[in-house]
This record gives sequence, structure tokens and C-alpha cells, in this order.
Amino acid sequence: MPPKNDNRLIVSISPHLHKGETTSNIMWMVVISLIPAGAAGVLLFGMSALSVIILGVLSALVTEAAIQILTKKRVSISDGSALITGLLLAYNLPPEAPFWLPIIGSVFSIAIGKMVFGGLGQNIFNPALVGRVFLMASWPKYMTTFAGPFDAATQATPLAAMKEGKALEAISYLDLFLGKKGGCIGEVCILALLIGALFLLARGYISWHIPVPYVFSVGLFTYIFGQKGLFSGDWLFHILTGGLILGAFFMATDYVTSPLTRKGQVIFGVGCGIITVVIRLWGGYPEGTSYAILMMNAATPLIDRFTKNRVYGLK
Amino acid sequence: MKKLLNEFLKGIIKENPTFILALGLCPTLAVSTSVTNAIGMGIAATFVLLGSNVIISLIKNFIPDRIRIPCFIVVIATFVTIAELVMKAYSPALNRALGIYVPLIVVNCIVLGRAEAYAQKNTLANSLFDALGMGVGFTLALILISAIRESLGAGQILGQALLKGFEPVFVFVLPTGALLVIGLLLGFFNLLKERKT
Repeated sequence: MPPKNDNRLIVSISPHLHKGETTSNIMWMVVISLIPAGAAGVLLFGMSALSVIILGVLSALVTEAAIQILTKKRVSISDGSALITGLLLAYNLPPEAPFWLPIIGSVFSIAIGKMVFGGLGQNIFNPALVGRVFLMASWPKYMTTFAGPFDAATQATPLAAMKEGKALEAISYLDLFLGKKGGCIGEVCILALLIGALFLLARGYISWHIPVPYVFSVGLFTYIFGQKGLFSGDWLFHILTGGLILGAFFMATDYVTSPLTRKGQVIFGVGCGIITVVIRLWGGYPEGTSYAILMMNAATPLIDRFTKNRVYGLK
Repeated sequence: MKKLLNEFLKGIIKENPTFILALGLCPTLAVSTSVTNAIGMGIAATFVLLGSNVIISLIKNFIPDRIRIPCFIVVIATFVTIAELVMKAYSPALNRALGIYVPLIVVNCIVLGRAEAYAQKNTLANSLFDALGMGVGFTLALILISAIRESLGAGQILGQALLKGFEPVFVFVLPTGALLVIGLLLGFFNLLKERKT
């Protein structure tokens, strides 16, 4: 800062106008927007869900601090990014997960998903999803055992039941919307997720260019490729189940790993939608949101290259 | 004698084929799922390396320069065939576990690399110790990687269970785990190299 009453002319490069927003500011807003979904999860699944969330968040923060101290970098856990990673990872775990699952997942997310690339802003994949997929590949048994809401009876997620060809128990769309179904902690209550997402959209922290095309394309493709023939799919069921809403609004929109331009973001969203539907309908796993987002993360540099804004005045 | 010893030792750390030269990564990724496989592969590769380096260093003056690569390959393939037949006869289980990667030693870039870069320019004794060093270095690297992968991914080493109640991290047995372990070890050795200088 120049001293006051300094009349020297200061020349600097653009941008000159600054909104006063900082990275950590935005990160904390995202944390706030995630609170309703977590609260709903704890309400539905009880205290075990709360302990998973706390363990996930704490170990993410400790890992980031430890690595930054070991590599003699500035400790930046107060910017909230590690907190978000831990939170999102915990939201992606079943409520009855053993205590070490969120810990190992968070350590892997931060260490391998983020810090080996050089920390915040350098990672090519969404760290929370890296952790989730690592856990999924290592301990599928613990990652796919879900307790139902309100009682601890084990219950298949609606998507898993559909994949196994079982007749779906009659769960009304309202119950799916409110979260009365088996699933991961943070993904079940669509209402709470949408409250957080609307907050982020209204404040302009995320734009609609990724989540809306994502959800829309999932709805469209599941409607077209229905089980009873073309154009007969239960599209609302597919939108309300699984991790789609959580993924579309909170993970696909990660600034670091998604395209920069509006056009690119729409391509990114539609790509995620197509891959999700392909995995759900014809793949080996019941749910494909995390893999879809990771695959499109890998494609992000390419998308950015092909949707680069034309520089005015150049051919 | 000291020079020969240096030729031998350089392959183990300073010019380790896997971690420093980053050669022969394909068999390294594929067979490092268990320590048994790693030792078998390491011995087979060392044998081939030794044979090809010795023969090539002996006949280097007769090989026309323009067709040297096919000549090297013929020599290498001879030793690979010997190794494969011996393995099939005395250790069919290991042969099954290693599968296609035994015949693929023919195109292992460590073997061809040493022939091209070293044996055709150096004396018999030097080539012999170079091959030994490289072979041992490759074997040690394989054992290190496979020990990490087997202990974490299957909870055992050489078939011996390690800890009771340990839930194996299955991903380390998968190809993903191989890439992860090799990547982290490469980074670690680069860090050591940087510290030294």
C-alpha cells in the first residue's frame, strides 16, 4: 500500500476494479451453502453421520497443515478449501461408515488429490471425488452398505435396487425429494441441497452453465432411453436419486477443475450428464456421478483450449 | 577393480533403471503385484541382461552398424527363450503368474538400452558388471514397489499375512495402485537427488 496523500501516479496491470472478494471468502460461502444438506443428513441418519462429517473435515485440515509444514510452505488451512474437500468427501460416504473410512479418504483426497499437484488451484481432479473413488475401489463393501433413514436397517439405494432389477419399493417423488431413502450423508435431501445451491446461484458464486445442462441432460437421456422403450424413462426418478444434485451443483462447479468459458462450461455439464447416464443405465456401477465428473475434469484442459474466447481485433 | 565395482554400483542407485532412467516401466507396472512375481521377473531380466551384454560386447566388432538393432534383438531373444523354457520347466506357477511379460523381456528397454548404450562400446568385463548392476537395480526396484503394493493391497508379503484385522487397500493391487506407487517413488527419488546436489 502506498502511504496516504501520495500523489504519485501508480501504474499497474489490469484488472483495476476489484470486488473485494477473496478465495477464502468464496470458500466460506460454499461451506455455508453446504450446511443445510449436512444438517438434513444428520437429521435423517443420526449421530453416526455427524461423526463421519467431523472426522472427514478434521483429517482434511490436519493433512493439509501437515503437508504444508513438512514442505515448508505457508499453512493455508484457514482459506476453507481443505474444509470443503473434507466436507464433500464426508457427504459422499454412507452414514454407517467405519471411523477410519472418512479419515483415510480425506488424507488421500488432500495428499494425492490436491497437494501432490501443488495445492489449491493446481489440481486437475476434484480432490473430494478422488478420495471417494479411491475408497470405492479399495473398500467397496463399506462404501455400498447403506443404512436407511430413521432406523439402522440396511437398505439398498434406489439406484442400486434399480440396477439389480428388483422391483422398486414404492417411494414417492416427495420422499425422494426430502431424502427418505438410503444413500450417502449429503446426497439424500434434495431440498436442502437446492437451498444451498440457490444461495450460491443468487450470490453469483456459481453460474448455471454447468449444473443446469448437467441435470437437464441426465433428465433428457434417461427419458429417451427408458426401460420400457424409447421416450418412456422415469426421468424425475433419475434426477432425484443418487449424487446427481450434490455433484452437479457443488462438485462439478469447482472453479479449479471446470472450464473457464461459458461455452466450455455448458459442454462440461452435458458431458457429465451423458457419462452419468451411460454408467447408470449400462455400466457396472449403480451410480456414475463421481466418475462422470472426474472424466470431464480430465477433459477440462481440452475444452478450455477449444472454447477459448476470441481476442478482439485478432483473426 | 574399483572401476568395475563402480560399474556395478551405479546401476543400483545412481542410475537405477526404474527410478532414475525410468526404463522398463511396462513390466514394472504389470508384475509388481506381489513380491514373488517381482523376484522372478527380476532374476529373469537380470539373466537376459547379463547374457546379452556379454555376447554383444564380444561380437560388437562384427556387427554392421546399420543393422545393429536386429542383431541385438536376436541375441536378446535367444536368452529370453532360454529363460522362459527354464522357468516353464522348473517353476510353472511363476511362469503362469508372469504370463506374457516373460517373452516381452525381448523388448524390455533396459535390455536393449544397455546393449545400445553400453555393451556395444565397452569391454567385456565392464559390460558384465554393468549388466549385473542394472539387473540388481531393476530387481531391487521391483521388490520395493511390489512390497508396498502387496503389503497394502493384499495385507501380506510373500504370502505371509502381516496384521490381523487389517482391511486391505484393494486399489494397490489394481493398475491404478501401480501407477500411484511408482509415481510417488519417482518423486521421492527425485527429491533425494535434488537434496544431494
